[in-house]
Amino acid sequence: MMEPLLQARNLTRTLEGEIRVTLVKDVSLDIQTGHFTAITGPSGSGKSSLLYLLGLLDKPTTGEVFVDGVNTTRLSENSLAAFRLEKLGFIFQFHFLLPEFTALENVMLPMQRLGKRSPREQKDRAMELLESMGLKEQAHKLPKQMSGGQNQRTAIARALANDPALVMADEPTGNLDTHSAATVQQILRDIAHTPGRAVVAVTHDESFAAVADRRVHIVDGKIEGNPSL
Amino acid sequence: MSLYVTIALKHILARKRQSFVSLLGIIIGVAFFLAIASLMQGSQNDFIKRLIDNSPHITVHDDYRSAKEQPVQRSYGKSVIELRSLQPLPETRGIRGYKQVVEDLKARPGVRASATLTGQAILNYAGKDNAIVLNGMIPADMKDLTTIEENMKVGGVDDLIANRNGIIVGAELTRRLMLDVGDNITLTASTGQVRTFKIVGIFQTGSLGYDDQQAFTDIKRVQAMMNKSNRANTIIVKMDDSGKARELASEIEARIGYKTVSWQEASEDIMSTLVIRNIIMYTVVSAVLLVAAFGIYNIIFTIIMEKQKDIAILKSMGFRSMDIKKIFVIQGCVLGVAGVIFGLPVGCILMYALSLITFNPPGASEPIRMPIDWSAPQFFIAGAFAFIAAVLASYLPAKKGASVLPVDILRGGQ
Repeated sequence: MMEPLLQARNLTRTLEGEIRVTLVKDVSLDIQTGHFTAITGPSGSGKSSLLYLLGLLDKPTTGEVFVDGVNTTRLSENSLAAFRLEKLGFIFQFHFLLPEFTALENVMLPMQRLGKRSPREQKDRAMELLESMGLKEQAHKLPKQMSGGQNQRTAIARALANDPALVMADEPTGNLDTHSAATVQQILRDIAHTPGRAVVAVTHDESFAAVADRRVHIVDGKIEGNPSL
Repeated sequence: MSLYVTIALKHILARKRQSFVSLLGIIIGVAFFLAIASLMQGSQNDFIKRLIDNSPHITVHDDYRSAKEQPVQRSYGKSVIELRSLQPLPETRGIRGYKQVVEDLKARPGVRASATLTGQAILNYAGKDNAIVLNGMIPADMKDLTTIEENMKVGGVDDLIANRNGIIVGAELTRRLMLDVGDNITLTASTGQVRTFKIVGIFQTGSLGYDDQQAFTDIKRVQAMMNKSNRANTIIVKMDDSGKARELASEIEARIGYKTVSWQEASEDIMSTLVIRNIIMYTVVSAVLLVAAFGIYNIIFTIIMEKQKDIAILKSMGFRSMDIKKIFVIQGCVLGVAGVIFGLPVGCILMYALSLITFNPPGASEPIRMPIDWSAPQFFIAGAFAFIAAVLASYLPAKKGASVLPVDILRGGQ
């Protein structure tokens, strides 16, 4: 079996304060390429917190996260940013597109930051991605000129811009109508089944979770049942 | 265009009115800074010019800075003997070999020098003794070395050259004593010698004391009156480059031993007053820019507060804290540069308007204009100060923006 794309070992995340809150408790998890993993659980169960830890947006209180075999726990903030830039793509419940930039410009942002492609190539790739999301006509529109579904698909295109191995989605369909949700769901599944890629999505949408290759159910910060690394 | 500049500009342009107001603050700040600084600098230059022009650049006195070294000191050194209450012999005062000194100085390029003999004389009028400072000068040198010719009300230095028995007196004296050109006055020197002079010219400098007590005549007449033939007690020097007066003065003093004072040394107290004045002025005009900087701080802080979500998503995308900081500092730079670009011309308009104002200072015969300094350093200082203020004002909120943790924002949702 191939080495997992991402390995989480005994992740615990607590928030210090007057009352100490444990968001994630001793979670170990492997993410394989080609898999669409759904993290489910009741609200407040810590599923989003787990996703932020896996996505290197947050640092675990204890435990380790390996991406491509590299232990990221002790990496500096800048190195983590570099990891996110090249290897990870994020999709959130709200599209979080920059409101002053057109769909095309939003998709180009991660590529511009990485700077590996020429401006011409960046534009072509952004256009390609938007086309694959069925947004060719919307490329030059601002986020406020597009529908929620279109914005979310633009956000997906942006997440894919630097060709990341792992796409992290936090309730990607939570804010969409049924039709748009179905489209986004299909796109994410297709991405997950592209060679060398994987998708981890947090959702409380049952129909969404049902199509996943694997379900991880979180209750009170812990994986319920057999975690089956 | 760089990605950061693009994002920065889009943020600013998305808030046109707010950005414009804070930009306006910088523009006004720069303009006032420039106008006030150039007015103050202009008046200082004007003041120093008057100070330099109206007096010799270097004055050699027939004095020594410290008591003359005595033979006993030369033989035994200071550690062995101590001298107190040294009383030099009475002597006929004056600079020895002044003609040679003047000749040597004149031989230098850009240096003009002349010897003068100044003494006290009494003008008796209606039973009252009026003390007069009698300046004996070489008339031909007077035009070059003094500003008396520029202040002549009637007659001129040429009349003194034509009439060796002539005297030039101040307007206040002639007014008080009802004298006029052509009248004779009789002066008594401290030696007891009495001599009659013919008034050939009247000057008016605007300073009452000066116009009342000073008189100019041929050095030879004064030498005769004071029983100091072939003596001079002052050598006055003017230079093309007045900035080098201090060096030349110490060189002269080292060579001839007499106390030699440059204009810088003579006006040290005034110069230090000017420094204090400049500190006060820059503090006040900086306050204007400081207020403007708060405007920039405010808008960038507002942008950062509104853009927390954007910062979070940029960071999750892989932007570093430094990149975020860069974006907001660039906004400060953009506002700063725009403020300077528009502020300097507005400042020029203010400066021009100020330069049109005329006023009548007491003692001046004609109205004078506000002195404005149009030199490049003023523009540079105003521009640089505004730019630095803008960058600093943006740096503080930018730092805060860069420290936003994406998780904190993302957890909160929209």
